[in-house]
Formats: sequence, C-alpha cells, structure tokens
Amino acid sequence: MTTTIDPASSTTPRRKVPGEEGTWIFIFGDMCVFAVFFAYYLVSRGHSPELFAASQETLNRNFGAVNTVLLLVSSLLVVLAVKAMRVDRRELAQRLIVGAFACGIGFVVVKVFEYHEKIADGHTPSENEFYLLYFVLTGLHLFHLVLGLITLIVLFMLARKPELSRHQWAFFEGGTCFWHMVDLLWIVLFPLIFLVR
Amino acid sequence: MSTLTERPSLITLLRSRVTLVWIVLIAATALSWMLGTDHGISSDDQSVASVVILLVAFVKIRFIGLWFMELREAPWILRGLFEAYCLIVGTMTIVLFVVI
Repeated sequence: MTTTIDPASSTTPRRKVPGEEGTWIFIFGDMCVFAVFFAYYLVSRGHSPELFAASQETLNRNFGAVNTVLLLVSSLLVVLAVKAMRVDRRELAQRLIVGAFACGIGFVVVKVFEYHEKIADGHTPSENEFYLLYFVLTGLHLFHLVLGLITLIVLFMLARKPELSRHQWAFFEGGTCFWHMVDLLWIVLFPLIFLVR
Repeated sequence: MSTLTERPSLITLLRSRVTLVWIVLIAATALSWMLGTDHGISSDDQSVASVVILLVAFVKIRFIGLWFMELREAPWILRGLFEAYCLIVGTMTIVLFVVI
C-alpha cells in the first residue's frame, strides 16, 4: 500500500511556506502584539524598578523553568509528529501529538499551581503594576496555549485520516507552527518576567 | 514515496539535526535559569547576566523558527520577516532593559 500524504515532502529543493499564508499573518500579528507588551513591560519596569524587583522576588522561578522544558519537549514531539506523517507513520504521529498535548496540559497544571500560590499569598492583579502585567501577560499566553491545545486535538484527528488533502496538510503544518509560536512566546516571557533583574 | 516496508522508527526520526537543536535549546534554558537564579554569579554581575539571558532567549526563538517551524526552508521573504523580528524585537528588548 502506498500513501502520498505530503505535497511538501517532495525531494525538490523548492522553498515553500509551512502551512498557509494566512496562518503566518496571524502568527506574525500575534508575535507583534507580544513585542509591544515586552516593550510596555520594560518601560513600566523602568518607572518603578524597586517595586518590580521586590514583586519579582515573590515569583517561583522553578515553575517557569519547568514550564519552559514542558513546552520545549512538546515542540520536539510536534516536530517528530510532522516527520512521522511525512513517512506515513500515522499511528506514531498520533502518539506524539498525544504526548505534546500532555505536556501542554502539564503547563496548564503548573500555571494553576503558580496562580494559586500567588493569589493565596495575596498577590492579585490589583496589587500593583508588576502583578497586573504578570497576570495579563502570562494569562494572555495561557489563552494562546489553550487555543494551541484545541489545535493539537484537530491535528490528532487529521492524523487519524487515511489520507490528507492539500488543504488539510497545510492546516496540519500551520497548526504545528502555531504550537511552536506558543513555545516561542514563552521563551521570551519567562526570562523577561521571571529572570532578568 | 513511502511503502509499508520503509517505515522509520521513532529512533530513526530522532536521528536528525532538529534533535541536536532541541538539546542546545534545553542546555540554553538551563544556562538562563542558572544565571537568573544566582547560581554561579554575583549580584554585581546581575545586569550583565540579564542581558545574556535576554540575548540567549532571542537566539533560542530564532532556532525555534528556523528549525521547528521550518522557516529555514521557507521563501526568503517569510524567513526574512522572521529573522527581522528576532533582530529588531531582540535589540529593542535589550536596549530598553539597559537604558530605561
């Protein structure tokens, strides 16, 4: 049995857009919105350096580091899932996507613990500008992560299909890029909010 | 074209440069975490460490874009936009951190 699944897996060296063009407008748009937030955070920090330093000390850096590793593992699993699809290892791709999804759920669980710890200690968004930005930025990222988890469910269902149309394959690739964007944004947010002083 | 007789295992899929890139990303995360949690660095050097942490972060996202999102194989305009994002936003972030 032979299954052709990937118009992108051709051996020709022609350069190609991963996913659909529209996906990239969305991804770059999101990345630019976060870039504005990065700048806003640093400008606000510049206005109240002592407040930001003292508030930052209450954060649990280990939670942030664990979440970074979880997202990096999930990204590798998604990369491997794409490779598995290209060589027609669909059942392997499905398992890899499930693994990536589990890592994403792990991120949410760690984040819930982290938020619970902060709120239990009386640190809420209304306390000061640091906590406002901390909750808004990490919350916005968490929202994207949940969208990414929904996308992974769709990718899992696509991986169960015996064959993908060109449009479905483009969605598959674009969906994986969205998941990597969630990882990418956290890679900047974690050091910016948790580590740099 | 692939056939049932040519079905690479997970180990085979892992034997690629992407896995090497992933190992580098994990190592870079460990480095940033150590620098950001006072392991092996004095408080006097914290600002320098923070700049290094931010630099490492933007190098990491470039790796994610080029290798995980496969932008290294994308048309030059798409890859260029991503490279420009890493360069411009990375520079802006580090400059704002240092200057403000």
